[in-house]
Amino acid sequence: MPPLLFYLFALITLGFGLNVVLARNPVTSALSLAVSFVGLAALFISLEAYFIGTLQVLVYAGAVMVLFLFIIMLMDIKAEAVSARTNIAAIAAGVVIAAILAVQIATVSSQLSISSKSTEQAALSLEKAGAQWEARGKENIPTISRDLKAGTLPDAKLMGETLFSKYAFHLQVVGLLLLVGTVGVVALSKRDSKEAAQP
Amino acid sequence: MITLNHYLVVSGILFALGLAGVIARRNILIIYMCLEMMLSAGNLALVGFSRFHVTDGLPDYTAQALVFFTITVAAAEVAVGLAIIVALFRTKQSVEVEAVTKLQG
Repeated sequence: MPPLLFYLFALITLGFGLNVVLARNPVTSALSLAVSFVGLAALFISLEAYFIGTLQVLVYAGAVMVLFLFIIMLMDIKAEAVSARTNIAAIAAGVVIAAILAVQIATVSSQLSISSKSTEQAALSLEKAGAQWEARGKENIPTISRDLKAGTLPDAKLMGETLFSKYAFHLQVVGLLLLVGTVGVVALSKRDSKEAAQP
Repeated sequence: MITLNHYLVVSGILFALGLAGVIARRNILIIYMCLEMMLSAGNLALVGFSRFHVTDGLPDYTAQALVFFTITVAAAEVAVGLAIIVALFRTKQSVEVEAVTKLQG
């Protein structure tokens, strides 16, 4: 990926992220967050995580942001009045703590030995991986080794292989969590019959 | 030349922006959006480490599986959290954090 594109998408992600924090109108915040997530998805794709990038667009920029906008418009929230008493202590604390954290992360990550590797230095070798997969004999999944030999990264297939072989139990736990979440949402948003009877 | 450090710095700044929003903003919905931003910043760091930790010529898919689980949990969290916010709005008619002071005594 050309460095220019990285900087462009990083700028989109961070610029619209800043707008989320600064905007007075919640609808502006939500739409900025959607754009920021699309920029983040582009960064994922630049890291050759195509499946995660797609998921980011579908789940975050699609489903989650629609849910946010739906709730904002359902509650009909007005933009904060400019004259609303500003909480200077909170704003100062937010800026200072966040700045300290950012500096800390930058210093630590610049001292890691792995982090000075560039994408070219950490190049993927699909040929070698394909040979490795073929050498696995019975556990070889032909469609994956065929793709690797052809020189394409079968990202979604490898993700699926990891999730369903190594993390099959975890996947079921997460499925259960989604079920519990769904039931919880229904229970939370259900009005009591007594309450509903009142005008 | 883009190194892992570039991605980690972007991830760190995004996390810091989210943290600043959570501390400074008063609208619960915006605080919630900033939480989502912090989760995504964590995801970016994970995917970066996954790509640069090349095992057998492929990215480390363990990290990407973790990102998959994070996204799923975040989606469930948003659904439940927004239901709680709607319930709160019904009782308080406000989405400002200052409206919820019962525990302050």
